[in-house]
Amino acid sequence: MITVKRQGLQTIQFGAPPYIIAASTIVGPREGEGPLAASFDTVVPSDLYGEKTPEKAEYRLLEEACQGALVKAKLTADSIQYYLGGDLLNQIVTSSFVARQLQIPYLGLYAACATIGQGLALGGMIIDGGFADKVLVGAASHYHTAERQFRYPVELNIQHRGTNQTTVTGAGAAILANVGPGPRLTRVTWGKVIDYGLKDANDLGSAMAPAAADTLVRHFQDTGTTPGDYDLILTGDLARMGSKMFHKLLQDAGYVLGGKHQDAGLLIFSPQQKAGAGGSGAGCIASVLMGHVLKEMHQGRYHKILILPTGALFSPLTCQQGESIPCISHALVIEEG
Amino acid sequence: MDPKEAAKQQEYRDLVKAMEPKPSLLRNMLLAFLVGGTICLIGQFVFDFFKGVEQTEAEASAITLAAMIFLGAVATGLGVYDELGELGGAGAAVPITGFSNSIVSAAMEFKREGLILGMGCKMFIIAGPVLVYGILSGFLVGLVKGTLLGYFR
Repeated sequence: MITVKRQGLQTIQFGAPPYIIAASTIVGPREGEGPLAASFDTVVPSDLYGEKTPEKAEYRLLEEACQGALVKAKLTADSIQYYLGGDLLNQIVTSSFVARQLQIPYLGLYAACATIGQGLALGGMIIDGGFADKVLVGAASHYHTAERQFRYPVELNIQHRGTNQTTVTGAGAAILANVGPGPRLTRVTWGKVIDYGLKDANDLGSAMAPAAADTLVRHFQDTGTTPGDYDLILTGDLARMGSKMFHKLLQDAGYVLGGKHQDAGLLIFSPQQKAGAGGSGAGCIASVLMGHVLKEMHQGRYHKILILPTGALFSPLTCQQGESIPCISHALVIEEG
Repeated sequence: MDPKEAAKQQEYRDLVKAMEPKPSLLRNMLLAFLVGGTICLIGQFVFDFFKGVEQTEAEASAITLAAMIFLGAVATGLGVYDELGELGGAGAAVPITGFSNSIVSAAMEFKREGLILGMGCKMFIIAGPVLVYGILSGFLVGLVKGTLLGYFR
């Protein structure tokens, strides 16, 4: 018999919800001075982490996050059937270089800063489909590598605008399994690419807010839930400006989020850290979710949460050519096990 | 696109524009004046010093430029100049120290990709346009001046 796991237009409900049996985080020094410092497993002493290039540092961060998750789960790489990873760099080299070390069958992902959401949701489907019993998911970003790929040399004299965000140096990884213990991934609402025609790469939060709002409203409609059903609705990296716009869009659709909504980009840096409108990057939601949020859940502060990682799917080239910024967001429901 | 959806998106774009945090013009102008002014003041001291060393003002001015370029490069290497830019905006970008910063910061950024294809190729990614359009506008102004003075007759 085939069980129907679809719900509404874009939502899936797992038959046997997979468990997040282990999660690990590692971040850079700036993140380690932020409000969430105590929630990370490792804070590295320097951005370069003793490596010759920031790219090497980035892939070491992701590799150590993955290894950390394996250690916590008391597993070795050969007991994992798939590794799903992604990052922001061209050709997702960071994840692929980590896969070279891990020697686990590899599915490389790109959803910009929403990559960890795509990874967890796909990993959940693989497990619930019976194609694996354990899947490793990871994502990373690095301030220096992102700056030089998407923006300017780090030492260039630039006056940042109030809407500019700071890419998080950090990585988060988790192991999904068909047997617990751990919090469970129960539902996913897959997001569509939404583009409201914004072209300003200095304000990605505002560009991504419509994607997060679209997926969240679709999630409420598909599942018949309301904001009141969740203890926390965590967006990826809308930051200050994007969060405002997100609230406005939700309000227009008839939903009031109030204090339920938090944004990983706003949680990771304090206003004193001069991080602009807040954090961003694939490592932002990855390290906040795998560290702070899952720990709060473990301590019983949250029972049922909804996470909405957000990604801006542009390249510097498309921006220079005057294209607008397509964005994506997936919604994932995590409940205590 | 359905016109209702298009109107909704336009409304959103307008709202984003309206809600964007506005930089304080007065504060920015004041900081630009202070940062740019301080750099120029240092330049003046350097110039006065070299006027006592060199024979002519033209020679003193040339070596002052070189000294300021050097100072800009050192400040970039020490990781100070980007902070000045954050504070002073155009006050840090317009003086020749800012031009030096744009080249040195790019050179530092791309040195890991090698001396030729990295640093050599990418050193002028920021400064390049300044050179291209500086030379072009110099040429055009020269053309106008030459025509007015009757050099092409």
